[in-house]
Amino acid sequence: MTNSELNRLKDKAFQGFGIFCTLIGLVVLAIFLLNILIDGLGRIDWNFLNNLPSRRAERAGIYTAWIGTLWVLVLSSLIAFPLGISAGIYLEEYGKKNRLASFLEVNISNLAGVPSIIYGLLGLEIFARMMALGGSLLAGSLTLALLVLPIIIVTTRESIKAVPRSIRDASYALGASKWQTTWYQVLPASFGGILTGVILALSRAVGEAAPLIVIGALAYVPFAPSSPMDEFTVLPIQIFNWISRPQAAFATNAAAAIIILLFITFMLNGIAVYLRNKWQKKVKW
Amino acid sequence: MLHIKPIKVCMVLLALVATACGPTYDENADFTLEGDISIDGSSTVYPITEAVAEEYRYVAPNVRTTIGVSGSGGGFKKFSRGEIDISNASRSIKEGEAEAAHENGIDYIELSVAYDGLTIVVNPKNTWAKDITVAELKMLWEPAAQNKITRWNQVRPEWPNRPINLYGAGVESGTYDYFTEAIVGKSHASRGDFTASEDDNVLVQGVSGDINALGFFGYAYYEENKAQLKAIPVDDEDESNGKGPILPSLESIKDGSYAPLSRALFLYVSSKAIKKPQVVRFMDFYFENAGPLSREVGFIPLPDEKYKHEHEKFKQFVAKHTISATTGGNTDTTKIAQ
Repeated sequence: MTNSELNRLKDKAFQGFGIFCTLIGLVVLAIFLLNILIDGLGRIDWNFLNNLPSRRAERAGIYTAWIGTLWVLVLSSLIAFPLGISAGIYLEEYGKKNRLASFLEVNISNLAGVPSIIYGLLGLEIFARMMALGGSLLAGSLTLALLVLPIIIVTTRESIKAVPRSIRDASYALGASKWQTTWYQVLPASFGGILTGVILALSRAVGEAAPLIVIGALAYVPFAPSSPMDEFTVLPIQIFNWISRPQAAFATNAAAAIIILLFITFMLNGIAVYLRNKWQKKVKW
Repeated sequence: MLHIKPIKVCMVLLALVATACGPTYDENADFTLEGDISIDGSSTVYPITEAVAEEYRYVAPNVRTTIGVSGSGGGFKKFSRGEIDISNASRSIKEGEAEAAHENGIDYIELSVAYDGLTIVVNPKNTWAKDITVAELKMLWEPAAQNKITRWNQVRPEWPNRPINLYGAGVESGTYDYFTEAIVGKSHASRGDFTASEDDNVLVQGVSGDINALGFFGYAYYEENKAQLKAIPVDDEDESNGKGPILPSLESIKDGSYAPLSRALFLYVSSKAIKKPQVVRFMDFYFENAGPLSREVGFIPLPDEKYKHEHEKFKQFVAKHTISATTGGNTDTTKIAQ
């Protein structure tokens, strides 16, 4: 066998391995989805979406849970979005590349990998206790905003970095200030990427139960929250609570709630893709 | 920037949906009762309190009752800070927690609301284990057994020379504290090499798929999965409460002969909470309905006279604090005799 034949064989082998690895992920996902759909799809109806929690599995609904989840989503994006993007812009455009900057950089990357329960403990001490927000929607949203902040900062920086140097130089050459360059050139060009990062980060937040339980989110809330200071529950807590009940009917409820949660996540991802495409079309140099 | 718009739309949608929900009432509903009742604590007791709160909705539609599941320990922490009105507990309050409550000027009362029987289970294919004594369980679960007692025949010589795999409640749960207290003799002390889970369904699955398994969990989980599990009778070698090995059942848990693994589940109510009429009415409602409701969600009701007794205890607690409040200065922080 010649050297080139051997190399071609290696190439083929690696290709096969790559396909195999991709398939494993997809097949496992498909099995999970199918399993959940079979278990839970029949349980989803108008009453399930519109009923309050109940001891009877067939009467229990996720009304307060999905409303709580939407509230948390909206509030934490309102908090994390401006903070994360501003921090990203500062670090990439304004911050000097010195030792402090690299220290910050390492820490932000590390924060992105901190387990969510740690954020829960932090949120409990700072938001729930010191700021006396208790187990309110606001405390929960602030905690989740902190949780996703590092991810948003990192993706913002990556997207900004991808904007060609020549665009900035051209803007400066025309006499634009740093802020004008950032606002009129860099941000619009990178906004598609930033939005994708934000929404993917929020998709992570929407599945969190542990940090919210720690700050005092509840399992039984028979009223939909009407202000950020209200107590709340979210879908993952409801799922967690149902899956650990002895009666099998609650497991069906949990599966149905998982489908709703997946639906919300897919919607978010869909919006991310849509916005990215829309923004990319807009940018013309 | 453009992104504000969809968020505004979301908010409007949210507001619309939030107002579209209409409540339903009982005929004798008391609309004058208002305010919040905040409950937190054990996830074991949660289903009972949830059931009572669900029914209470029809009696007092304007009261906002919320229940959390931060565990017996987490519940007591909030309870002793005065952050919640009622604490669900699957074990009694610990000394440290009681001190914290007293430091914050919170007096409290412990009330039993139902029983649970921690059931010792093995795989249905296990033909040898027909009963077990408390002494054997202790030998098996105590800290010294770690990495030493690993085979069935080490527990009882007649049993086969097979590995024994243990399954039990997670170490943060009140169930674990109760089990270790009852079996090992010291709360929160056991061997560490067993499969632990806060979710009893995981334990059910573990034991039902492992012929060498031995596990423990709440009676409700055994009752719902009888086909996949085998409960083994426990002998506490004390003839005063029933002879020989005893299986957990409605009767044996209720009359206390399933000792020492039959345990009471508690509510703790704080002296601050009973100043709120909605809490007092909730507790009255609890004792009137806990029997059938606790059975419905898988627990064992107390005997009727015991419910009356606990209700009476609660009424006295209320009376004591209303009197001391009207005579001025409620600084009384003595612990109520249990």
